[in-house]
Amino acid sequence: MAASDNHSQSVRVEVRGLRKSFGHQEVLHGVSFTVERGEIFVLMGPSGSGKSVLLKHIIGLEEPDAGDILIEGRSIRDEGVMDLFRMAMVFQSGALLNSLTVGENVGLYVAEHRLKPPAEIRRVVAEKLEVVGLKGTENKIPAELSGGMKKRVAIARALVIEPQLILYDEPTSELDPLIAITIGQEILNLRDRIRATSIVVTHDRDLAFGIADRIALIAEGEILLVGAPDEVRRSAHPLVQRFLNADFKPKQ
Amino acid sequence: MFRDIGQLVLLFWRTLASLPLTWRHRQKVGEQLHEIGNASLLMTCILALFIGGVLALEVGPTMVERGLANFLGGIIGFSLCRELAPVFVAVLISGRIGSAMAAEIGSMAVYQEIDALRTMNINPTHYLVLPRLVAICVAMPLLVIFADLVGWLGGALVCATNPEIALNQQAYFENLRQMVELQDIVHGLIKTFAFAVSIAIVSCHQGLRTIGGPRGIGRSVTKAVVNSIILVLILDYFLTRLLLQLDI
Repeated sequence: MAASDNHSQSVRVEVRGLRKSFGHQEVLHGVSFTVERGEIFVLMGPSGSGKSVLLKHIIGLEEPDAGDILIEGRSIRDEGVMDLFRMAMVFQSGALLNSLTVGENVGLYVAEHRLKPPAEIRRVVAEKLEVVGLKGTENKIPAELSGGMKKRVAIARALVIEPQLILYDEPTSELDPLIAITIGQEILNLRDRIRATSIVVTHDRDLAFGIADRIALIAEGEILLVGAPDEVRRSAHPLVQRFLNADFKPKQ
Repeated sequence: MFRDIGQLVLLFWRTLASLPLTWRHRQKVGEQLHEIGNASLLMTCILALFIGGVLALEVGPTMVERGLANFLGGIIGFSLCRELAPVFVAVLISGRIGSAMAAEIGSMAVYQEIDALRTMNINPTHYLVLPRLVAICVAMPLLVIFADLVGWLGGALVCATNPEIALNQQAYFENLRQMVELQDIVHGLIKTFAFAVSIAIVSCHQGLRTIGGPRGIGRSVTKAVVNSIILVLILDYFLTRLLLQLDI
């Protein structure tokens, strides 16, 4: 495992028998897995398999129909438990507030919770933007940024929270391969720097095998297997093999 | 429908409970006040001027025929401040500001900005609804006071310049001063305050529950405007009855 042994800041996440339906369609059929402290855990699977819905449950944006999520052994359904841990999510679209500048977006958490004086917020914002390679972009508005830059701003915004658990929803979708590698590298750097537990949802196989300590394959709302990247590659499960070996066949 | 009413009441209650946080959000309240005033003051004055004028044009000649020309100032002043100005300003604000609130919050909901706020432990009611509610509750009564003054002026101009009425401004304003009391203006402002609350809550509620992309945003905006206007007119009737019973 690539993570440092110093895991005092990171948290253990346990998902137990999670079920969720929208209308008559059940999208999660009793999903269970555990993410260890400081681990990069990648949830991989085809589109519509329930990955993003699962992520929204972990951060508390969705209520499960059945099952539970435990952080450090405490159910997130219990009053006040979500406030005990610092968690952040990097959305697929970045989800930057379009009415705010880049600097205001990145400093939003500390400014709204009045955790630091304005001068200190400006310093922290500049520091986090430098970490993601966007030094000096504080006064730009999100509409002026490319897709990759928006994602990096979203990562900077998550960093300001100093999270113990960081969730990434499709961090490399819509990005060119070079930016995708930069983002993947950034996820690894962050884990090593802030020791946070990371859960990454993706269907990008290169990213998954490049950064994961363990990979879970999910299809149609069920976990097919969980294991280290090599174990997943060696799996004989037909759906896993089909997903891992799917390739474009050009016309002869 | 009952679920919607329940959600509206809940949103109203949560926003009321967050009122002590207003000072913390004063910058956003200021921005919203600027938005509402900037977008609506000129339009309010133009509407008020012409509504006052039309009122004079409609009732003036008939009252002159019956020898009641001296009461024109009072009648126009009375109708404007108790009923017409609060209602037309509420309809105008529903269309201009209510729609903007629903569109802005709706697009934030669709593009996951509100989810992002929640993940940062920032309450969307405190961050989005509270500043808008406070700003509209401050701005609308001020707009109605402007509308009263400009509407009275519009009535006076028509009374003085229309040959069928030919009532000089001194007589017009003298009668207005005799008939319209502070209590009548307060009556209008109490109704305005209730309209402001209903427009803000209905519009923000529609914005927050927006789903389904640009079409969903359009649907929310339409619903926000239509529901706000309907609620304003229903509230107008019941508040008028209540205030009359309370002798206000």
